[in-house]
Amino acid sequence: MKRKAYYARKIKRATQLLFYKRHMKPGVKGWELKNALGSDYPKILKVLDNHLEKLDLQVKTVFEGEEPAEKPTLEELNKARFFITLRGGLPSKDAKMMGWRIDDIAGLATAISYIISKKGKAPRDEVEDLLRSKLPGWRVDINMNRYIKSGYMTEDENNMLYLDWRTRAEVDQKALVDILLGTES
Amino acid sequence: MSSKEKKHSSERLQRVIELCKSVEERGVDPFAVDVDDIIATLRKCFPDWESPEELALDAEAIQYVASVIQNQGDWVKHRSTSLYTDPFLLEEKIQRLKKEELATLFTAVWNPIIELEQISIPSLAEAMKYWKDLVPIDERWQKNGPMQVAAGATTLEELVRLKILAEKTFREELEIFWEELKQKVGENEKIHYWNFVGADTYQETLGRAYMTSFLVTYGYATLELHPLEEEILIKPFTELKSELADKRMVSVPISVSPEEWMKWKEEKQQ
Repeated sequence: MKRKAYYARKIKRATQLLFYKRHMKPGVKGWELKNALGSDYPKILKVLDNHLEKLDLQVKTVFEGEEPAEKPTLEELNKARFFITLRGGLPSKDAKMMGWRIDDIAGLATAISYIISKKGKAPRDEVEDLLRSKLPGWRVDINMNRYIKSGYMTEDENNMLYLDWRTRAEVDQKALVDILLGTES
Repeated sequence: MSSKEKKHSSERLQRVIELCKSVEERGVDPFAVDVDDIIATLRKCFPDWESPEELALDAEAIQYVASVIQNQGDWVKHRSTSLYTDPFLLEEKIQRLKKEELATLFTAVWNPIIELEQISIPSLAEAMKYWKDLVPIDERWQKNGPMQVAAGATTLEELVRLKILAEKTFREELEIFWEELKQKVGENEKIHYWNFVGADTYQETLGRAYMTSFLVTYGYATLELHPLEEEILIKPFTELKSELADKRMVSVPISVSPEEWMKWKEEKQQ
């Protein structure tokens, strides 16, 4: 009974930490969870993830750098960032309600998939040219800046675009490429 | 090689560097670079390079060729992963899809982060308190010029009170401490480190350990170490040996932790 109460208390705390925005960037770092929940926080997150499954939500882990091929170590988890995301997809009509126009989502899909196809980095002007084929020119720059500001992609001093933390947290990159290639031309 | 030929080779190297740079910076296909041909050129030109600038250019070209080879390796690795997609094929697919179709496809693989922002009663109360204590902006931003104070003379007491000068100079304090050491040692010539340094409080002990380290460094005393017995003894000199500072010095780390101080205190009480 004591053990059950312990986990219930820890899960409640984990939910508060993960759902409510604490910093400029959403999500919580592993070491923050360790400080707040104790060193068995991966176990607590697993239980929370099981609870969230019923609500079509999930605890998503974004590792620093590439995702480890095997079971992540505690050190890798401490450096990772944890988020709550939707588990399944989102109907496109609902996406509009999140402050995204259909143009914005289509542009984001195009930019992300193009960068993936270019080994994770692509010149900004190439991506913009591609977006300009479907979107009015004045919107392209606004949209690109919005994607960068939101953390979907980042730009270096040579105007090269790379996928950033939000894409790693929110987008199933392999599924996106598969689904695009699977469409009838 | 004539200077004209040298200039020509140097320009060729510059072009090689630019080409390699474009692979790295613009994402150009790394296999578009003929590495074998470039290496043959570098090898041919190398014996004629003489000045440091020419050799530096050669080294830079080799460095960029190495980065192209690394890019080729990464390219092969990426092609073998499940994420590999032909960019032209993908571009063509994107061009053919309508905006609505693209958005629908994307939302199927997009799981946005859930993040909430909500004010709570305690944070509202805290904010209210902050607001209440906040000085009005016109008061905070008052432009006060620097206060004008007439110049005058100060006294030694005043400087000591302001903590600009210490009451006693460090050297004076050190000599008083040296006298204390000599008195404690008496006829025995030496004393156990902890029996001299140890005091009623840990803070005082730290202060004494600090002063003792200067006694040894400045030639007022010396340390005797007996590693097997784990003993450290302090032996004061009858006269200051300032020439010690010119000799080769050896650092002796001595731990003065709270645990060791407690242990010393307990032993003393027994």
